[in-house]
Parts: sequence; C-alpha cells; structure tokens
Amino acid sequence: MNAAAHDHDPVHDPMIPVPFRIEKVRRDLSDTFTMELVPEAGGEFAFKPGQFNMLYVFGVGEVPISISGDPADRSVLVHTTRAVGTVTEALDALKPGDSLGVRGPFGTAWPVEAAFGHDLVFVAGGVGLAPLRPAIYQAVANRDRFGRIIVLYGARTPEDILYKKELERWRGRFDLDVLVTVDRATGKWGGNVGVVTNLIARGGFDPLHTASFVCGPEVMMRYSAQALEKKGVDRGRIWVSVERNMKCGCGLCGHCQWGPHFTCKDGPVFRYDRVADLFQIREL
Amino acid sequence: MAKAKSNSIATPVLDTSGLDGLIKLLRDKGYQVIGPHRADDAVVYDVIDSIDALPAGWGAEQSPGRYRLRRRDDDALFGYGLAPQGWKRQLYPPRQKIFGASRQNGGFAVDAPPPPSPPMAFIGVRACELAAMGRQAKVFGDRDFADPGYQRRLAEAFVVAVQCNEADSTCFCLAMGSGPEVTTGYDIKLVEVVTKDRHVFITEAGSPRGAKMLKALKTGKASPADLSAAERSLRHAGQQQRRLDAAAARALAANPEHPRWDQLAERCLSCGNCTMVCPTCFCTTIDDVTDLKGDHAERWRKWDSCFTLDFSYIHGGAVRTETRSRYRQWITHKLSTWVDQFDETGCVGCGRCITWCPVGIDITEEAAAITDQGRT
Repeated sequence: MNAAAHDHDPVHDPMIPVPFRIEKVRRDLSDTFTMELVPEAGGEFAFKPGQFNMLYVFGVGEVPISISGDPADRSVLVHTTRAVGTVTEALDALKPGDSLGVRGPFGTAWPVEAAFGHDLVFVAGGVGLAPLRPAIYQAVANRDRFGRIIVLYGARTPEDILYKKELERWRGRFDLDVLVTVDRATGKWGGNVGVVTNLIARGGFDPLHTASFVCGPEVMMRYSAQALEKKGVDRGRIWVSVERNMKCGCGLCGHCQWGPHFTCKDGPVFRYDRVADLFQIREL
Repeated sequence: MAKAKSNSIATPVLDTSGLDGLIKLLRDKGYQVIGPHRADDAVVYDVIDSIDALPAGWGAEQSPGRYRLRRRDDDALFGYGLAPQGWKRQLYPPRQKIFGASRQNGGFAVDAPPPPSPPMAFIGVRACELAAMGRQAKVFGDRDFADPGYQRRLAEAFVVAVQCNEADSTCFCLAMGSGPEVTTGYDIKLVEVVTKDRHVFITEAGSPRGAKMLKALKTGKASPADLSAAERSLRHAGQQQRRLDAAAARALAANPEHPRWDQLAERCLSCGNCTMVCPTCFCTTIDDVTDLKGDHAERWRKWDSCFTLDFSYIHGGAVRTETRSRYRQWITHKLSTWVDQFDETGCVGCGRCITWCPVGIDITEEAAAITDQGRT
C-alpha cells in the first residue's frame, strides 16, 4: 500500500487514498487557505497543471480539489481550498502535522506546451485562479517560448484577491502583463472595477496567435470565451476548466457527467470548441 | 434421421436431476451458487443449494408499471421471464465497503483489505443480462481506470445461461441486438424443454471450464423433438411487442429542448426505480462513516441514482434541479451519450425500467417521441 505512495498509479486501485502530512497552512482569504502536503511514506508527487486530487478528511468525506502548486516542484503537493461545505470546512480545521488522504492526480491538463509560440492569456475568476496557477508557473518557467503572457483576474472585492503577493510580484516583471479587476470596490481600492471580460476587451494580444486558459464560475467562463472570440481568438484555442459533482474522480461513479463527458477524466480542462454547445444547455 | 446425423456429436441434455447435480457440483467446487427463487411475490436471484429452490411452475406477467407472478400450466423452472433485479446486485453490490482505516500516530492507516469473497456461480442468466454484464465490464475496466473488485467477481463467476422461451410484453432485446438467443459469454448454456412427459435442458458448453463441468455430469441425448421445441421457443421469444431504434435514439442528445421533456416531467416521479432495476446503470455515491469514538473510519460505496437532487450537487446547489433535466440525463445517457463514451448503447432491451416505473413510462415510446419518429 505504502509503496503506492510515490508512484501514484491510480490504475491500480484508484479508490484507496494515500496518507499525506500537512507541512504548512497559509490563510489566503477569510474563507480560503493553502496547504502544503508531503506523502507520509516519502517520495514525490508528479502532476500536470490543471489536474486535481480527491482529498479525504479522515471519517468526514472527500472532495475534488485542483492542484495549485508548481508542477516543476515534485517535493510538495499544494492545494488551495475555499471552505464552503462540510468537508472543506473540516479541511480548514486541520493543522500542520495532521494527515489527510490523497487520491490522484486525476483529469486533463492545461496544454501549456501546445501553446508554445503563441501569446498566452490567462483569465481567472475568484478562486478559479488556483487551478490556473500551476500553468502560470509552467509558462513563466518557459518564458522565452511564448509571445506575450497576460494574466487577467477578477475578484469580488479587493479583499477577495487570491495570491495577492504573487500577483504583485508577477506584475512587477517586465515580461508579464497582469491586470486585476474587482466587482465591487471597497476601502482604498483605486484599481479596475467591473467584470473580467472588460479586461479581455482591452486586448493586447495577437488574436490569431493566442491561446487562452479560462477558469472561474461557469457563467464567467462562458462570457470570457465569448469575449475572446469577439477579439478574434478561435474557440479551438480556448480552454476552460469545468466543475461538477465528483465521488470517484476516475469515471466510475457517474456523477460528473456533462453531456458525453466524464468531467473527471475527459476534463476538467476542456477545449472550448468541444463543449461550447454544452455550455448553452441549461441543467445539463 | 438426417437431421441428427448432421450433428457428428449428439447434443447433450441434462434432466432435472442432472441440473441439480450441476448445482451441487458447483457448490462442491467452492462456488457460491446463486439462482432464481420466489420471494416477496417476485422472482429474486439469491443463494440456492438445489433445484428445489427454483420457482418451478411460476411465471410472471409484466407490463408498464405492473409485475405479477402467476402459476404456469407446466413445471418450467425458468418460465418466469426476467427477475426484477439483474446480476448487477451480485457483481456490483448495492453497498460495498471500499476500505476501513484507523487513526495511527497522529495520522491514519488504511486497513489491509479483507479476503475476497468466494467465486459465484449464476444459474439462469438471460441473453440480455449477459449483454448487461458486458456493458458494465466496459464501464468498470475497459478504459483508463478499473474497478478491481468488479473485474475479479466477473472473471471468477461461472455463468449458466438459460435462453428465454418466451418474451414479456416489456421485452425489446431483439431490437437492441442483445437477445433472445444466448450466443456468447456463458460457461454453460441451457435451453429448457418442458412437455407433459419430458423435462430436459439442452446443454452447451461455452468455455473449457464449462465443458469440464459438463463432463462430470450424467447427460442424455437431445431428441429431434427437443431440438425443434427449442427452435420454436426461440422464435416465440423473438416475438416482441416493443421496438427501439438504437441508431435513431442517438439523436436524443441533440434534442435537449424538445417539448416532450416537459410532458415527461409531469408524469415522472423522479423516484429512481428505473435506475435501480436497470442492469447497466452504474452510478454510485460514497458514504464516509466513523465509529462513535472517531478512531475507525470506513468508506462505503452505494448505488446512486441520477434522479436524486443531491446527485449533481456542487457548492451553491444542484445542477439538475428539475425532474425534466434528471429524466433527460438518464435516458440521454442510456441511449445516446453512452455510445460516445463506450462505443455501444447503454440499453440492452430488458424492459425492466418499463415494468418497474410506477407510472409506466416507456423508454421505447419516449425515445421515439423525442427523436421524432412518431409513436411506436
């Protein structure tokens, strides 16, 4: 069993969690926190940006959470979670030194390498920045392989801006364009106010040679994809990450079906042209 | 006797005591033998130890929303048509423990898995049920991820198939290409021939272990009358009232806003019966539980239904709040998107969802209406 801790062969028995120990917990926002985990049995954790794990709180339950760390750093597994339900609240109550179970990684990835040679536009809404962060890390690590790299981020209020320090650091680089907007200004906010699609409308990328990775609430992704298309980005070069109920993460439980897709293994990252029609169907 | 001559080896038959011998032999070999018997005014598949448990002389009438046992005018052991629940119950039990785990050194450790249950032998598997096993075998192991438990149980199961001699009013296996003839996937195939003075099972081995098992039993020879009776009953079983155009039903996914969905929602109770009796439905949910002290935890997998509101819940609410959306999900998956996923339809034409729908919704009728083929 423990031997499986580092080779992560989910084909073998995808339903058995592997114990990981919490090394660090950082509070990002009032309801959002980031954990760094290491396998109790030692070893590394390899994943591709956009993939997720099923995180198990002993005796409480399990939730699908995307991986938000750096794919180049296999020594630590990083998850950013928003406490919105029983299991995520139980996750929130865990402290460094505590254990949790991990199954994964599951699902499809942001095709960072396929976007080499293009401008790369990240569009994130709210906690949707977390599943994109590994792709941003990978893109930045391969900075010379891209044209412009643009990060467009929308949060509800200035207090809801995730990874604020990191966004500021990226913004400080001469070779990254980072734009942030909030739905509602509070306090001394002097930045952009409005939806993230407004930032897309500003352009700054070559639409014929642009790949875009979009992650956030479903309605935000739909409008963002439309805004990108309006700027001339082909829907075959837009990717989105979809959220559905998941119990197994590996195509066995049926819960995450979305039209013909199992969101857990055909997604969560989908090329937009393959799912654009599904986005239009209510309650699919 | 030109006909008999054309078969270089005479077709073997088992009589009823021979069938009993088969059950005993399987038990001796360590199989848990499961077959039909009468309980709760229905035929259910459960552990049996002899042919005395089989529902001799019982038949069943099935129609939309209705199932009734009735006495037959013969002593057929397999004359009951389709039992309400298929073999999914055995191969993918309604409640399965996935693991137990205990607190240990501030963390937890997953318990060693329990020893596997004994292999099962199934008596009386119909052609459509064999097809359903094939469908689930694909879901649970053909692609990226496997369910090792399902794979093991299926591989170990000794399958004694019994060909249908008649069709229920709800059957449409012929249209789905999954019956009524038993052609593949069995260890031993039986065709029951029952007349006033003769009761035998025309027997055929479908695997080396099936052949080995048959060799150990006392068999007789099929008479020409047996063989023509078998042919007659197969034709009889093919006389089915319902049809489903599987190719046309592919278009369901392209009709998500058809007005018929709204009409359906007015009738559908969203009870989930269809998903519970469907032999291919595979959806499950997870229950994580602990003992009172919280030191030992278990995870259980339970059958779930896409008709429940919880099924599609993500934080903020369910995706499919309306009955319309949930019925649409079920039938569209079964007949249309299943083909995208597994290169075959998810329906084997057993008709259980029609029989066990409390309001008698008929999948064949709805598929035809929504894909605008007119009423069947």
